[in-house]
Amino acid sequence: MEASLQMEFWRNGPQPGALYNFPGSQIWNQNEPTKRTLYPSVTGTSVLGLKFNDGVVIAGDKLGSYGSMARFRDLSRVLKVNDQVVVGASGDYADYQFLSEIIEQRVIEEECLNDGFGYTPSSLFSWLTRVMYNRRSNINPLWNTYVVAGWENNAPFLGYVDKIGTAYQAPTISSGYGAYIAQPLLRDALEKKPNMNVKDAIETIDRCMKVLYYRDARSLNKYELAIVTKDGVEIRSPVTSQPNWEIAHLIKGYE
Amino acid sequence: MFRNQYDNDVTVWSPQGRIHQIEYAMEAVKQGSASLGLKSKTHAILVALKRAPSELSAYQKKILPIDDHVGVAIAGLTADARLLSNFMRSECLNSRYAYDQPLPVSRLVSAVGNKSQILTQRYGRRPFGVGLLICGYDSQGPHIYQTCPSANYYDCKAMAIGARSQSARTYVEKHLDKFLDCSLEELVAHGLRALRDTLPSDINLTTKNCSVGVVGKDSDFTIYDDDKMEQYLSLIEGEERSSRAPPPTDGVQEGDQEPMQQDGEGQADPQPAGPEVQQPEGMDQGP
Amino acid sequence: MEVLNNRGVEDYQTAGPKQSYFSPYSFNGGSILAVAGEDFAVIASDSRLSEGFSIHTRDQPKTYQLTQNTVVGACGFHGDVLTLIKVLKARIKMYLHEHNKDMSSTAVAAMLSTILYYRRFFPYYVYNIVAGIDDEGKGCVFSFDPVGSYEREPYRAGGSASSMLQPLMDNQVGFKNLPKQARVPLSKEEVVKKVRDGFISAAERDIYTGDEVVVNIITKDGVEVERFPLRKD
Repeated sequence: MEASLQMEFWRNGPQPGALYNFPGSQIWNQNEPTKRTLYPSVTGTSVLGLKFNDGVVIAGDKLGSYGSMARFRDLSRVLKVNDQVVVGASGDYADYQFLSEIIEQRVIEEECLNDGFGYTPSSLFSWLTRVMYNRRSNINPLWNTYVVAGWENNAPFLGYVDKIGTAYQAPTISSGYGAYIAQPLLRDALEKKPNMNVKDAIETIDRCMKVLYYRDARSLNKYELAIVTKDGVEIRSPVTSQPNWEIAHLIKGYE
Repeated sequence: MFRNQYDNDVTVWSPQGRIHQIEYAMEAVKQGSASLGLKSKTHAILVALKRAPSELSAYQKKILPIDDHVGVAIAGLTADARLLSNFMRSECLNSRYAYDQPLPVSRLVSAVGNKSQILTQRYGRRPFGVGLLICGYDSQGPHIYQTCPSANYYDCKAMAIGARSQSARTYVEKHLDKFLDCSLEELVAHGLRALRDTLPSDINLTTKNCSVGVVGKDSDFTIYDDDKMEQYLSLIEGEERSSRAPPPTDGVQEGDQEPMQQDGEGQADPQPAGPEVQQPEGMDQGP
Repeated sequence: MEVLNNRGVEDYQTAGPKQSYFSPYSFNGGSILAVAGEDFAVIASDSRLSEGFSIHTRDQPKTYQLTQNTVVGACGFHGDVLTLIKVLKARIKMYLHEHNKDMSSTAVAAMLSTILYYRRFFPYYVYNIVAGIDDEGKGCVFSFDPVGSYEREPYRAGGSASSMLQPLMDNQVGFKNLPKQARVPLSKEEVVKKVRDGFISAAERDIYTGDEVVVNIITKDGVEVERFPLRKD
C-alpha cells in the first residue's frame, strides 16, 4: 500500500498510461467498480412501424431528451443497414450509437466477403435478439427497444426487440409511449384498410406522430421516416408535421 | 516409400518450391473410394462408392449429413472427416442459433478452408488426410464444392474424388451440358453411371456398395442407401457400360490396406510414390 | 433510515432524478393446455403476447413443433421462451447427428428438464408442457416447473389461465366428481372441442389469454394444426 502511494507521479490527473486505455477494455481503471447502464440518460422516445401492401414504413422523431429537458433536437435514430434493412431505436442514445457502430462494422466486413450474401431483416432481427438477451443475462443491458424493418422473400418484415430480449413480429409496432397512444391508432387504421399503399401508410404514420407530439411530452414534431420496398430503402429526414393548437385554449380545468 | 530430406514437416519447403507433406496428404484422398457430386438447376446430389474394410465389417459410411441444407461425401481418412463434419455441423448450428438462417454453403466451405490452411503452415501439425465433396442448397441455388487437404477449395459444376475417380470425371465432362436441365431421377442416373465407370468390369453397383445424397429447393438433405437405393439403381440397370471402364482387379484383396484406417480398400492408383514425378492437382498455382 | 456522517450531522435527502430500475424478467402472458389421448395428443395455446396492460401482438402462438411428433408449449417471459426454444432445437439436431434418429418425445422431456435445471440459479422464467407420442405409440404429456421438475400426466394446463383451465379439464377430461358411467376414453374430436371450449372460457376472464387458439393434434403421422378465433378485447 505504501509503495503504491509513492508510485504516484502526480495528483488530479490521469494515471501514467491511462490515456491509452479505452473504455470497455478490462484493464481500464481497476480502482473503480465496473459501470453498467442501469438507467438511461439521453433518450429517444417512441419508434413506430407499419407494414403495408408492398413494403414497410418506420418513423422516429429527432429529439434526444436529457431527463425532461429537450437536449438535442436533431438526432437520427433510424439506421439504414443495407438496401433491404433499416433499424429504428428508442431508449438510451449512447447505447444505440454503440450498437449501430457494431452493426455498421459487421456490414462492412460482410460486404468485404463479396459473396452475394448480406444481412436479411430476419437474420439481423435474430442477431439483435441474441445481443439484447445476452446483455440482459449478464445484467448489463443495452437500454433500447429496436424496431427492425425490411423486405425479405417478397414480403415486408417488421420486428420488435426490447432490452431484455422480448421479441416478436407484427403488422404494426410502437415502442415506448407510442405503445399506449399510437399502437391503437395504427391497429385501427390497418383494420379499416387492410391493403394500404405507401401513401396510406405514410399518412397513417404521420397522423400518429402528430398525435404523439400532442400527447408525449418527450417528443418533437420533426421526425425521420424510413420506407422499405422491393426497390430498396428510402429515408426522409427531416419530416415536419404541422400541429394545430387552435383548440388548445378551450382545454381548461387541468391547471 | 521414397523419402528425401524435405518431407519431414509441413513447415519445410523443398528447393523446387513444394511442400511434400501436403502432397502426401493429397495422395491420401486418392486412396479413398470414389465419391461424386453433380447439380442441376434445382438439386445437388452426391453419389459415393462404399467399401467394407473386411468381410466381417459393415460398409463404411461415405455420405454424412451436416444440416438440413448441406451434406458431404468423403474420400480419405475417415477419422479426419469425422472431425471436419463435427466442425461443419457446429458452424451450421451456430448460424441457425444466431441468425435464424441456414449457413450459406460458400461460407461453410471457406470456414473449412481456413481451418485446413492452419494445418499446412504450423510446425508439428499435419494436414487433413481427407477430401470432401460438399453439396448444399441455399438462397443462391444448389452448390457442389470440393475441398482438399492442401486447403484449396473449388466451386464445381460437377466433381469426382477418390480412387479411379478420373473415369467418373471423364463421364461427367462428357455430359456436363445435360445436367442443368435434368430431373432429379436423370441426375441420379448420370451420377450412378459415372460412379459405375470407376468400377472394374467384374464388379457392379449394388444396394450395399453405394449411396446417394440429395438436397433440393424444397427438400432437406436426404441420404439413400441399402434398400432405398433400389429405386435409383433400377434406373441404370441393364445399361451397357462405358468402354472406358478400367480393367478387372488384378488380385488385390478387399481389406488389403494401409495401417491407418482408410475408407477405400487400400488400392492406390498405380503411380510412383515420390511427388517429384507429377504435379498433384492440389498444388495448382491458380484457378 | 437515519445515517450520521462523521460530522455528526444527519444526511439530508434531495429529490433526485427518478431512477428506472432494471429487471431481467417480464411476464408476457399466454396459456397452454395439453391432453394425452390413447394414440394421440393435443396441445393448444392462445396467440396473444402481452406486457402489463399492452398487447404486443395478437399472433404469437406459444406452441413450437420440435420433432415429427413432439410439440412443446412454452409461456412466461417471452425472451426466455425464444432462447429456450432455440437451445432445444439445436440440441435436438445434435442428438439427430449423434444417434442417426429423431429424438423421442420422452427423451425431449428428459432433456428439457436438465436444460431448465442447468439454469437453476438464474432460471428460465418459462412454464413448459411437452406433448407427443411415446415409444409405445401412446399419447403423452409432460408438465414442467421453471426449474426443471417434471412428471408425466394425462392432461395439464399452464400459463396465465392455468388456474381456470386445469379444474375444467379435471372435470371434463379427468372425469373428476362425475358418475362412473361417464368415464369413457375421449376421441380426438371430443378433446379438441373441450380444449377449444376451455380457451373460449378462459379468454372471458383472463386478460392475458385471447385473440386466437392454436390447436396442435399430434399422431404418429405428424402434427395437424387448427386455429379458432377468441375474444380480441
